[in-house]
Amino acid sequence: MSRPASDPARDASPATADSQGMSYLVSLPRRIVTVYVPLAAFLVVLLFPFYWMVVTTFKPNEELLSREGNPFWVKNPTLAHINKLLFDTSYPDWLWNTILISVVATFVSIACSVLAAYAIERLRFKGSRYVGMSIFLAYLVPPSILFIPLAQIIYQLQLFDTRLALILTYPTFLIPFCTWLLMGYFKSIPFELEECALIDGASRWQILSKIVLPLAVPGLISAGIFAFTLSWNEFIYALTFISSSEVKTVPVGVITELVEGDVYHWGSLMAGALLGSLPVAVLYSFFVEYYVSGLTGAVKE
Amino acid sequence: MPPPKAASRRAPWLENRNVLGVLFMLPAAVLLLLFLTYPLGLGTWLGFTDTKVGRGGAWVGLENYAFLWGDSVTRLALFNTLFYTAIASVIKFALGLWLALLLNEHLPFKSFFRAVVLLPFIVPTALSAIAFWWIYDAQFSILSWGLSRMGLIDQYIDFLGDPWNARLSTIAANIWRGVPFVAITLLAGLQTISPSYYEAASLDGATPWQKFRHVTLPLLTPIIAVVMTFSVLFTFTDFQLIYVLTRGGPLNATHLMATLSFQRAIPGGALGEGAAIATAMVPFLLAAIMVSYFGLQRRAWQQGGSDA
Repeated sequence: MSRPASDPARDASPATADSQGMSYLVSLPRRIVTVYVPLAAFLVVLLFPFYWMVVTTFKPNEELLSREGNPFWVKNPTLAHINKLLFDTSYPDWLWNTILISVVATFVSIACSVLAAYAIERLRFKGSRYVGMSIFLAYLVPPSILFIPLAQIIYQLQLFDTRLALILTYPTFLIPFCTWLLMGYFKSIPFELEECALIDGASRWQILSKIVLPLAVPGLISAGIFAFTLSWNEFIYALTFISSSEVKTVPVGVITELVEGDVYHWGSLMAGALLGSLPVAVLYSFFVEYYVSGLTGAVKE
Repeated sequence: MPPPKAASRRAPWLENRNVLGVLFMLPAAVLLLLFLTYPLGLGTWLGFTDTKVGRGGAWVGLENYAFLWGDSVTRLALFNTLFYTAIASVIKFALGLWLALLLNEHLPFKSFFRAVVLLPFIVPTALSAIAFWWIYDAQFSILSWGLSRMGLIDQYIDFLGDPWNARLSTIAANIWRGVPFVAITLLAGLQTISPSYYEAASLDGATPWQKFRHVTLPLLTPIIAVVMTFSVLFTFTDFQLIYVLTRGGPLNATHLMATLSFQRAIPGGALGEGAAIATAMVPFLLAAIMVSYFGLQRRAWQQGGSDA
């Protein structure tokens, strides 16, 4: 049946392929309505809060608290809010705490995850399948059901109100995620490379550090970026385990310390939100591809 | 794979895969057992005690659960959580899929758009929630300003002061934060669908809707199941947005299980009761995971897949 049909099909297929491609070009007005307008609407809605953050940060109080004029623009930009934030509050401390905690928690988690992922995926020890499954299940345990018992444990370990409390608890959600992600990367490295090295007398440790890790660098970057942003954004543990201002992280500090009283200082609140978002946004913009591949890779597995 | 001979040069037990496996698993296992598995059990146990901050509790059996079952605030929080999760998840799915389909078109600056779209997901939720707080401000809301300039409203909307307004406003903020995640992961799924299916469908004269319904949707189902499971889990256990925007108010109208459990346990000091509320979330989470897991399994089985 395919033989007699092949002639018209061969004639038709370039034409259809063309019309497929042409459909994007021919109906431009239609395409504007169905693609560009909705896409623009999505972008405006998704980005407006950030624009609003920036505008509010640089607006003087008179403009903030007036209903006159055009609110979408700043007439007399001011640095007063940022100035107040940096010199009259503990914001620099919070920023430093967040950086320190995120960096250390990320490195600890990556180190643990590399070993765990290699053991599960490559050593294939007895029961590794079940360990892999339980790692995935651990990823599904939300912090909102753990923070109360964790608070008790932290208290009993006398870690309450210390940075170490957060450094030790953040890996509970970072390790499962990073391990799962790295398992996927390790899976893609051919077994033959390891077998060759084993025959040449390399130990497992040498194989891991000299062969597998260099090949898994993109995976390590993905996991690192992801872990860093997750710890930067963490809120409920930091809110529960920390009470002194000088140990707080940025999200918790901004919410708990800048909102006291009846008069909200919107300018400095927005400046705090903006400065707290910028580091992750900048880091993300440098590593978008790694981030997206981490996000989608972890979901696809 | 035959056991490698070279191993004999070193201590042989160090090259045994089981011993080495345990050694390599050790750091992760210690951290996870101490700070994940143990608290999970401890939390369940605390739910059956009357522990308060600063004093150990005695076993009280189901007393906490009996009290919570009769507590109108807890019931309201359960209703709010289900309502919040259901509405937000459905809309996130619809908008996310739409955005993914738009981004899958041939566009100039496609990767730039994709990067920008993910921003709401990247920045700390607590901080973007502050921006929403300001956008929802009762006196200076930019939304009210815009609507009144267009002549649609006479007086400014009290977004967070009225129970139903507050519910819908927090849901809107949650959708804003969640759509990028759904869109970007579904986009990754869309990109794995071979164009030849669409060409074949075009040859058979399929309309765009038929192509979507009979090619895109069936092939995307497994990833939709995974993405929506994550989305439902995150939404159901959401804490930050509500804590920042309303702290559960007005009149407990926006309390979710997570925020109520925090309020009862940490500022309220009733650790046992808070833990009981948190534990009560677990059956719902398990149900969500089960539905997606078995839905997924069945799908794989129908497609003749042998190994997931």
